[in-house]
Amino acid sequence: MRLALVACGLLVALLPWVIPPFVTFQLTYVAAYAIAILGLVILIGYSGQISLGHGAFMAIGGYTAAILLAGAGIGYWVSIPLAALLAGIVGIGLGFVALRLAGVYLALATLALAASVPPLLKRFKALTGGVQGLSLPSPHAPGPLQPFVSSETWFYYLTWALAAVAFALAWFVLRGRVGRSLRALRDSEIAAVAFGVNPVFYKTLAFGWSAAYAGIAGAIIAIVTAYASPDVYSVALSLELLIGVVIGGLHSFLGAILGGIVVEFLPLWAQKINPAVESVVYGVALILVVIFAPGGLAGGLSRLARALRIQATPRSRPASTIEAISEKSA
Amino acid sequence: MFLTVRDLTMRFGGITALADVSFDVDEGRITGLIGPNGAGKTTCFNCITRFYQPTSGAIAFKGENLLDCPPFRITSRRIARTFQNLELFGTMTVLEHVLVGAHARFGRELDERTATSNALEILEYLGLAGEAHKPVRSLSFGARKMVELGRALAAKPELLLLDEPAAGLGHEEVERLGETIGRIRRDFATTILMVEHHMALVMGISDRIVVLDSGRKLAEGEPSAIRGNRAVIDAYLGTS
Repeated sequence: MRLALVACGLLVALLPWVIPPFVTFQLTYVAAYAIAILGLVILIGYSGQISLGHGAFMAIGGYTAAILLAGAGIGYWVSIPLAALLAGIVGIGLGFVALRLAGVYLALATLALAASVPPLLKRFKALTGGVQGLSLPSPHAPGPLQPFVSSETWFYYLTWALAAVAFALAWFVLRGRVGRSLRALRDSEIAAVAFGVNPVFYKTLAFGWSAAYAGIAGAIIAIVTAYASPDVYSVALSLELLIGVVIGGLHSFLGAILGGIVVEFLPLWAQKINPAVESVVYGVALILVVIFAPGGLAGGLSRLARALRIQATPRSRPASTIEAISEKSA
Repeated sequence: MFLTVRDLTMRFGGITALADVSFDVDEGRITGLIGPNGAGKTTCFNCITRFYQPTSGAIAFKGENLLDCPPFRITSRRIARTFQNLELFGTMTVLEHVLVGAHARFGRELDERTATSNALEILEYLGLAGEAHKPVRSLSFGARKMVELGRALAAKPELLLLDEPAAGLGHEEVERLGETIGRIRRDFATTILMVEHHMALVMGISDRIVVLDSGRKLAEGEPSAIRGNRAVIDAYLGTS
């Protein structure tokens, strides 16, 4: 596990030096989407609440960063955390609404949020630039680093570093009591509550947290493209995020990264296979994954890995780790 | 008084599930709550565990009003329950269930490490040590009922509410359950209030029995007295 993480880290660190700048740019998007989709893993996978509207939180993050950077000249070190904070607060607000709605009703309410954001952005022209959107100062690496890294490479590193922090935080928080409480509420709210899990706290926490992650992703995308417009944060974006998390794997961190790859590259691959029926290829690919890998790509990969391991070790050891531990301590 | 229920009334629309029910549960005892189907036993449990807000009446635990306590705070008051129709977490392992049971004790009493070793001890006690890391879905029905019990014990309850612990169990399993409940009362120093249909079990291990029928208290007393109570016999023969 640790070895795999180090290998992935090295791969991410070395890639920009061997791939064309445009691919580096695309992989920056992958990391941004992965952060947003990790938010959906927390919300849908762990806490069992659906959102068809996380594009709206990306819009809040994106415009917060854009307004702060373009209007007030505040650097991205400050504007990205503020974008996360604002999206998180709105997310907590929606979380309270979600307490009263479930299943399809929550899906509709969040979809309505996603649908209402672009018109709102167009309406408040003075702040958001209306239909034209906002142009940001073009991003560049900090002064002393400029001779060594291009701005693409710099933001690639910055985004993947943010993703690493987002993933590490999620791993650390979810592996213990908080993750258990969210899953307990999802599996049996009655039993979870009977054992002291505060449903209001944990469910709104999940909403706020996942919205904050979407806000970070939205801010990054606004900054690296130096542009924020209502069309970037359309309903389609919300649906793409949902597709990403389902295809990647609802319950897995690896699934969030795979989902980011899917959101960024699947439309491009679909177009390459046949530009005339791009959306058909896209749809068929989705259906195939849902049928053949119900746990998403991450679930499929782990099943494959398990199958290979069982073949490699002819006699699988019994799962008596506890006995081994208690014997050792005795 | 340990647990006092006074004039408890619960109406759902036009249906009166409980009408002026009063009884006490003594500390350290096993109290059986019996009655034909629809007598209001589970409704009574749900009022004590705060899932239902009674229409009127009072419930006090160790002298303090329990009715101002939201359901998720009930374990902090040292009351834990099992469910009649299992309420397990479908995606969790046995160990994780027991850790959720300890949820309210985190912070002041427990951290992840001590909670885990506590949970493993409880599983050992219930004969589930080998099952700790198995998904609860892979367990037999009887073992799942034990997981319910383990989860409740992890809350370190002073009052343990068991909702039909014997339902669905085989003859031998019921016998073992009776022994287990007796052991738990002793080893965990807990008071037990138990809803149960299995008469041999409830008569065998209860110190005191409360009988409900159609939402009213029919009788209260020691098992030997209840066994000979005319009204109780009529209620059971009349309806089932």
